[in-house]
Formats: sequence, structure tokens, C-alpha cells
Amino acid sequence: MNMEAFLNHLVAKYNFWLYIILMMIGLYAMIAKNNLIKKLVGMNIFQTAIILFYVSIGSKRGGTIPILEHVSGGAQHAIDPANYVNPLPHVLMLTAIVVSVSTFGVALALAIKIYQRYKTLEEDEILTRIRES
Amino acid sequence: MELYYSIRPLLAVLVSLCAVPFIVLSPRPNIRETVSFIAAGLKFALVISMLPVILNGHQIIFTLMNVLPGAPIQFRVDALGMLFGIVSSFLWIVTTTYSIGYMRGLDEHAQTRYFCFFALALSATIGVAFAGNLLTLYLFYEMLSLATYPLVTHHQDDEARISGRKYLTYILGTSIGFVLPAMLYVYHVTGTLDFSALGVLGGKAHPTTLIVVLFLFIFGFAKAAIMPFHAWLPAAMVAPTPVSALLHAVAVVKVGVFSIIRVLLYTFGTKELMGLHVGPAVSYVASFTIIIGSLIALSQDNLKRLLAYSTISQLSYIILGVALLSPRGMTGGLIHIPMHAFGKITLFFCAGAIFVATGKKNLSEMHGIGKRMPITMIAFFIASLSIIGLPPCGGFLSKWNLLLGSLQSHQAIALVVLLVSSLLNAAYFMPIIYKAFFLRDQGSAQGIREAPLFCVVPLCVTSLLSIAMFFYPQPFYKLIKLVIHQLLGA
Amino acid sequence: MIAHYPALLVTIPLLAAFVIYGCSWLHKKSCLPLALLALAISCAVSIGLLAQAIAKGHISYHLGGWQPPWGIAYEVDPLNALVLVAVSTVAFINLIATAGEIEQVFSDRKGAFYTLYLLFIVGLLGIVVTGDLFNLYVLLEIASITGYSLIAMGQADRAPLSSLNYVFMGTIGACFYLLGVGYIYIMTGSLNMADVRALLPSLYHSSAILVAFIFCLVGVMIKMGFFPLHTWLPNAYTYAPSPAISLIAPLMTKVMAYVMIRLILSVFSPAFTFASLVVGHGIVWLACLAILMGAILALSQRDIKKMLTYIIVSEIGYIVGGAWLGNNTAMTGAVLHIINDTLMTFCVFLAVGGISRKLGSVELNNFKGLFKKMPFTMGAFVASGLSIIGVPPTCGFFSKWYLISGAMEAGSYSFVCVLIISSLINVILFFRIIETAFFAHSDPGNRHDYLLSEIDEISLNTLIPLLMAAAGLLVLGMYSGTVVGRVIQPALAGIL
Repeated sequence: MNMEAFLNHLVAKYNFWLYIILMMIGLYAMIAKNNLIKKLVGMNIFQTAIILFYVSIGSKRGGTIPILEHVSGGAQHAIDPANYVNPLPHVLMLTAIVVSVSTFGVALALAIKIYQRYKTLEEDEILTRIRES
Repeated sequence: MELYYSIRPLLAVLVSLCAVPFIVLSPRPNIRETVSFIAAGLKFALVISMLPVILNGHQIIFTLMNVLPGAPIQFRVDALGMLFGIVSSFLWIVTTTYSIGYMRGLDEHAQTRYFCFFALALSATIGVAFAGNLLTLYLFYEMLSLATYPLVTHHQDDEARISGRKYLTYILGTSIGFVLPAMLYVYHVTGTLDFSALGVLGGKAHPTTLIVVLFLFIFGFAKAAIMPFHAWLPAAMVAPTPVSALLHAVAVVKVGVFSIIRVLLYTFGTKELMGLHVGPAVSYVASFTIIIGSLIALSQDNLKRLLAYSTISQLSYIILGVALLSPRGMTGGLIHIPMHAFGKITLFFCAGAIFVATGKKNLSEMHGIGKRMPITMIAFFIASLSIIGLPPCGGFLSKWNLLLGSLQSHQAIALVVLLVSSLLNAAYFMPIIYKAFFLRDQGSAQGIREAPLFCVVPLCVTSLLSIAMFFYPQPFYKLIKLVIHQLLGA
Repeated sequence: MIAHYPALLVTIPLLAAFVIYGCSWLHKKSCLPLALLALAISCAVSIGLLAQAIAKGHISYHLGGWQPPWGIAYEVDPLNALVLVAVSTVAFINLIATAGEIEQVFSDRKGAFYTLYLLFIVGLLGIVVTGDLFNLYVLLEIASITGYSLIAMGQADRAPLSSLNYVFMGTIGACFYLLGVGYIYIMTGSLNMADVRALLPSLYHSSAILVAFIFCLVGVMIKMGFFPLHTWLPNAYTYAPSPAISLIAPLMTKVMAYVMIRLILSVFSPAFTFASLVVGHGIVWLACLAILMGAILALSQRDIKKMLTYIIVSEIGYIVGGAWLGNNTAMTGAVLHIINDTLMTFCVFLAVGGISRKLGSVELNNFKGLFKKMPFTMGAFVASGLSIIGVPPTCGFFSKWYLISGAMEAGSYSFVCVLIISSLINVILFFRIIETAFFAHSDPGNRHDYLLSEIDEISLNTLIPLLMAAAGLLVLGMYSGTVVGRVIQPALAGIL
């Protein structure tokens, strides 16, 4: 009985569970991994999880893509918003994806600079070399 | 009693502040000294110009900025402030003269910096004297602490560094750690920081809390050198003697005592103090300092350190007098402000003159010095009579009033303490006089060789004024009468 | 034109940034004048907005004419108008002061530097003026990314690594904030601050709103460097180039503190925020810890720049503690402290930056005898030190006054004690430096008078803005009554 309720709950809110798992994977990579690039990828996964979350909340059962097609020259007919997936989260997430990509770009540029100076991308080796100098 | 609006208190504070750029930019030392003189003279003139109004029983008020609701930056000149203001502004003129002789006699370095910060310190002192509320008083109190640091550490050697640290630790530590929370508590319960003859704290909080706040104020104003927060004063003796003379015998320490008096009488008020039965407790704290200070002074060889401990002891006379809460007692305490100021400054001037003329700092080296520097030592003798409290010197008047005051408020312990400490004062001053005049000089005696004229004249002036004030204390008595009438008659 | 001030405030630096980048390829010399012009216009516009906000009380500007909650609205009230003035003035004066250093150190990349500088300011100004939650995220990331890049341009070897660590933590913070906004959007369907505020009261009991609040708060706290989420701050700020750090250090964390106050007051109203007193008390305790740890960690530093970054951590503790005490006096103190701390931090970092440029590094030993060589710079440094300690009549004293008063009103005597203790520790921190600067040599009898010929000051175009800022500390202190009475109290009236 409990198992069924639990599974129902899991299935009903699967988007939340998915993004939580992805977020934790990303966070784990950022904290626990030694290689800077792996940390960066973790950061990207973290941000992607949130983007997925936002997009998922706009979806509706039976909803279609929110693009209106106008009959050329004809009058506009009334539309029922319930038929369309909510477009606002998609729009917001376009911005968020841009932000994520720019942050990733800046971070990669920083990683290149770090590599040029310390000749390694492993964080423990970098810290050792800082302590030596 | 009327309130007059006048910008003169602000001007009195600003005179020396405005003199600072001129002091810095003076092309020659003589011009620099002249600027200092002019500033000192103007300051004294401004202060005296307000005297007639005050003697008629009125007050002068000036609000500068409304910075906090209920606590503007405000000047208020009343009889108590005028008393302190006259003493410090007059003695600045005298000390500037002395500084010239001392600094040039020793060819000291960084004299411009010295005169600059001296002017700033005097500005802050007058600011404290004329402060109209606790916020303004705190502002100028802190300004004084900061302005005197470069003066105390003037010699910039290791000893100065250590003393400077001690100075700041005690003075800033207590003012930020004790006074600031106490002041904020007063603001919290009353919504104002004004000084009022009736006190502002009447019954506003639990008695125990009020007593704690009272002692936070008393120990917080560590410039009054009440034990155990007195150790900065002997340490500050590494400063050049004019600094020790004016600041640590007159300005800095009197600012501390003055602030305590203001808080005791105008924030708490005599009625509240009597209601809390805290008068005896404060007099015990003061008595402790009086006795222990004198005892430590007995054991000192360095003349300036002896005078420092003597100052610590004498300051608590003022607190004791005020804590007696009787008209005579308060008169004694308040009149001790000018009497001690003139006496102590003379003693320090003499110590400095001895150093300039002979290079000696310790008493054991000063045998027979009375034959070499008779004028200096006679002035020393007169001033020590004043401090001990013997006629015909002004100090007798303060002692007399204090003794009567302790009888008036039925505090026998205070009476005993006053008598014992007078004996102790004699015990450490008289041997100096004896050694100076009646023992043989250890070094090669070369006849009379006094310190430079600029040093000798000021100390003669102050010692003669000590005698003069015994015969004519009226100006001070009138002001004190007004204070007491306001406080106890109200 | 006047009606469009809120939009001009943000768009002029934005356009100027791109024009400058173009100019850096074509005509390098005009980069600096363009940047100065753009910042001057922003500064003037923000002052105009402050005057309007004081007069009218609230100005609402709809971008593009779209009505909220569908469009993005810019809301100006006296509170954020004051912060706008602070941000734009500091940015403008900082550019004047450090232009010489930028031209010299970044001569080949100065076009990029000015562009990033202006975009950073666009981000900050937008954060302060916006009335839309998601717009805030976008502008926050603009400010953050340009901040990361500015910090990474430092000469020190460790600059890129420190910046990368800042990237990681900053992204986590911004993403938490985004997540919180997502939850709010799910529950209320709106992203406009005023609209959300109207819709929230019926949802106060919902756990989703509580989670949204916590996510937003934690995200903002990471970005403002609130202990224990401050670990990115010391390294990032120490190894940044001087012109960048005297811009970022005063502004970034304080603007995030403003965001926190805006969220507490205008989005989640005080009824919600302070109703759950457990969180309030806990955050005040955490703020006490932040203040103490910032002060203690600062004591152990020899590098003066790093010491100052820990002082920033401490100051943020003041603001957070004051905001969360929950009464009007403490909130006044927190807001006043945002303004005061912006100016104090700017003054002290500008002084240290100037000294660092002249002497090469700013260890404690570099300060030996500095009063003789650089009296004016040290004078400004002393003034800002006194303000951080809280000595009247500098501005720092008055914000501390309100904070302690508010703490007494709220009965939080631990906060009072912590404030006093941190003032005393600040005395030690600054007088250590002042003592070193005062005592040049340790051998006695060293005769040295102050000779004009020995003065070797920092360059005049840094010195004059520095002295103006130091004078501003006193002026702002003396006029605290006006600032509180005419700007802050009207802004908080009716809310708290």
C-alpha cells in the first residue's frame, strides 16, 4: 500500500525528482572533483538542471507548442490558452541558457589562463604549486 | 534663566582648528609660534566674552547639526563649562610660551606637528567644556584621544611606541567599550542625551541597571584616571613636558573628570544619585584611588612619574567632592579643578625646566638643585603647598571645602581619607624641597643657571596665580555658586 | 526625458559599453572620455531620480510601455534611489581616480576594461532599480560575469584561480536565487515584485513559499559574502587589480545586501519574514558570528588588502544582523550602513590601491614611516579607518548607533556586545597600521622633521578624489540626520 502511494508520488512529481538528482550530480562534481574542467562541467549540469526544471513546470498534458498560426488575411479567432504549453518559462530559460553559456565561456577562459601559468588542471597540484612559489 | 543663541561656543572650538593650516604652512618657526599665540589669545578672549552672560545666570546655546533624533551636535555654555573653559584656555596661552622655551631649548624634532596637534587637542578640550549633550561630549572626547596620540608618542622611539599603545588601549578601549554602550542605553530609555539640572534618567529604569550604567560611565571615562584604569597616565609621561603639563595635568585628565561630573550631575542628577544611594559607593572608589595613588607616588624616583601618580590621586578629590552631594563638598570638588590645574602645571613646568637646564629626570640626581635654580624650586615649593592644601595657596580652599563637605554629608571616611592623603602629599613633596635646598649638589656647582626665560616666566606666573587665587577666588566661587544653585536649589 | 530617467540610467552605460568596445579597435584615445561621460550622465540621472523619489514617494516606469505583470517594471522609491546615487557616484569617482592606472597597466586591453567596467555598472544599477524578479537575475548575472572577468585581469598569478572559485560559488548563489524565483512563479504565476507581494499573503502557510524564500535568501547570501558563505571573497578581492577592486569591493556585496532587504520588505512582506521568529533569531546569531569571525580573521592577516576583505565580511554581518532584528531602528541602521559602508570601503580601498601602486605591495611592513612620505593618503586612510571603527562625527558612527539602538530595542544584547567588540577589534586593526606608519625608525634620537621635499605622494588624479571621499565621510556623518529623516524613514514608513 505504502509502496504504491510512494510510487504514485514519484511518478506524479518526476520532474522535481529528476532535477534534484541532476542538481546533486552537478554540485557533487563541483565540490568533489579535482580536475577544473570536470568542475566546470558540474557547474553546467547544475545550471541545466534548473533550466530543465523551469521548462518542465510549463508543460501541460495534451498541450501543444505555443506558436500561433494566422490565416492570411483572415480575422483572428479566439484561442484557448489551456491548449498551449506555457511559453513564459521557455522564454525565461532562453535567457538563462545564454547566461549559462557566457558563464561557461568565461570559466573556460579562466581555466586556460590557469593552465598557462600552472601547467596543470588538477586542483591539488595547483595548490601545491602555489604553496611552493 | 534665559537661553541665548550665539555662535561663540562654536567659534571658540574652531579657532584652533582653523589655526592648524596656518601652523603647517608657516615658513618660519617664529611665525608658527605667533600663530599659536594668536589662536590661544583669541580662544581665551572668546571664552571670556561669554562670561558676563553666564555670571548673570543665563546660558548660551548653539545647535550645529541635527544628526540624530533627540541628540543633535549642540553647544551649551553654562557655569560649569565656563569654569573648565576658562582654566584650559588660559593655561594654553601659558603653555604655548613654555613650549617655545622647552622645545627650542632641547632642539626637539617635528615641532610643527607638535604645535598642530596641540591646537587640535585644545579645540577638543573646549568642545568638551561647551558640549550641550552627551553625544557632543563623546565626539570631542574621542577627538581629544586621537589628537593627543601624536603628542604622547612625540619622541617616536620604542618607549614612546609602548606608551602610545598603552595610552590608546586604556583610553579608546574604555570609551568604546564602556561609554558607548552606556550612552546608548541612556538614549534607549530616555530618547535624549541632553544635560539637564534635574537629570534625565529619573526613575526610567531598574535601580541596579542604573547603578551598572553609572559605573560604566565612571570607569569608561578613563581619562579621569580612576583606578584600575589609571596606568596610561604614568606611561604618558614619556611625552615632552609641556604635553604632560597641559594635557595630563590640565586638559586630558580634567576632561575625564569633567565628563564624569557632567554625567553624574546632569544625566543622572543629584536627586537620582541620592535615591540610588550610590554617593558613598562612588566616594569609596574615589577614596581608594586617592590613597593608593599617593602611596605609589611615595615610591617614585622619576619626578614626572611621581607627579603623574600625584595627579591620579588629586583627580579623585574632585570626584570625591562631587560624590559627597553636599553644597560644600561639591564646591570643594569643583574649585579643585582650577586650583589643582594651576598647581600641577607649575610642578610640571618646574620638572621640565630642570630637564632643560640640567638634563636630569630623577630625584636622586637632583640634590642641591635649589641652589642652581632657585626661582624654579621656589615655584615648585609654592605649587606643592597648593597641592598639599596649605595656605596661602589656592589648594587650601579646595581642601577646606572638601573637609566641610564631608562633615555636611556625614561621611567620616571621606574626612579621614582627605586628612591622610594630605599627610601623604606632604610626605612625598617635602623631601623633594628638602633635598633641593638643603643637600649638597652632586655635580659641579656653577652658580645660578636657570632654564631659558620662556620656561621660567610661565612657571612663575602660574605659581603666583596659585597664591593669588587663595586671596581672590571670587570668579570661580561665583561660577560654582551658580552651578550648585542650579543643581541643588532646583 | 525626465520621465525616462529610470531607463536612461541603465541604457546609456549599456550603449556606451558597446560603443567603447568598437572604439577600442578604431580610436583608442576616446575610450576613456566616453566612459567618463556615460558614468557622469548616469550619476546625474540617479541624483535626479533621488530628488524625484523624495518628492513623489514612488515612481513606476514600464519598460516598453508594457503593463506589469506582463512587462518589466522599474520601481524607484527613496530607498533604492539612495542606493542608485551611491553606486553611480562611487563608480564615477573611481573611474576618475584610477584612470591613470588603467591607462598605464592595461594599455593594450583598456577598451575591454572600460567595457567590462560599464557593463558591471549596468548590472548593478539594473539590480537596484528593477521591479521584476527574473530581470533581477539577468542583471545579477551581467554584473557577476563582468565582475569575474575584471577580477581575473589582475596581475597576480593567483588572480584567475581566485576568480574561478568565485565563478563556482557565485553561480551556485545565482542559481539558488533562480530556483527560488521559479518556486515563486509556480505558486503565484507572476514575476513582478509588487504583484507577487499582493498575491503572496494567501500563500504564507505554504511550504513551497518557505522553500522559495530560503533558496532566494541563501542565493543572495552567497553573493553578498555572508559568513559562512564568504569563502570566495578574500582571495577574489585580494588578487584583483586595484582599479577593479575599488569598484567591486564597495559595491557588489552592498547591492546584494540591498537585494536581501528588498526581498524581505517588498516581496515577502515583514509580516511573513519576521513572523517566523526562529529564523530571525537564528540569522541574527549567524550575523553575530559573521561579525566576530570577520574581525578575528582580519587580525591574523599581514597583507592589508586581505585584512580589508575580512572587514567587508564583518560589515556585511552588521547589515544582515540589523535587517533581521525586525524593528524600524535596526533596519534604518542597516540601510544607512549600506550607504556608509559603500563610501568607507571605497575610500579605504582607493587609499590602499594608491599605496600599492606606489610601493608595489601592501604588507604591514610597507607602511613604515608612511606618514612622512604620503601624509595626505594616510590622512584619508586614517579617516576611513576611524569611520570603520565608528568614531564620531564620521558616518560609520551613526549607522552603528542605529544598529545598536535597534538591537537594544529588540532585546538582542548579544548583538550589542558583538558590535562593541568588533569596534574594539577594528581599533586594534587600524591602529596597528597607523602605529607602523607613524614610527619610521626604531632608533632613538632620530631627528626627523616633516620636510616638504620628502613627500612622495600618489598621483594627484587619484589623491584628489580620495580626499574628496574622505571629506565625504565627515559630511555624510554630519548629515546623517537629513539622510535618515528625509530619505530612509519615508522609504520605510508604512512598511516596517
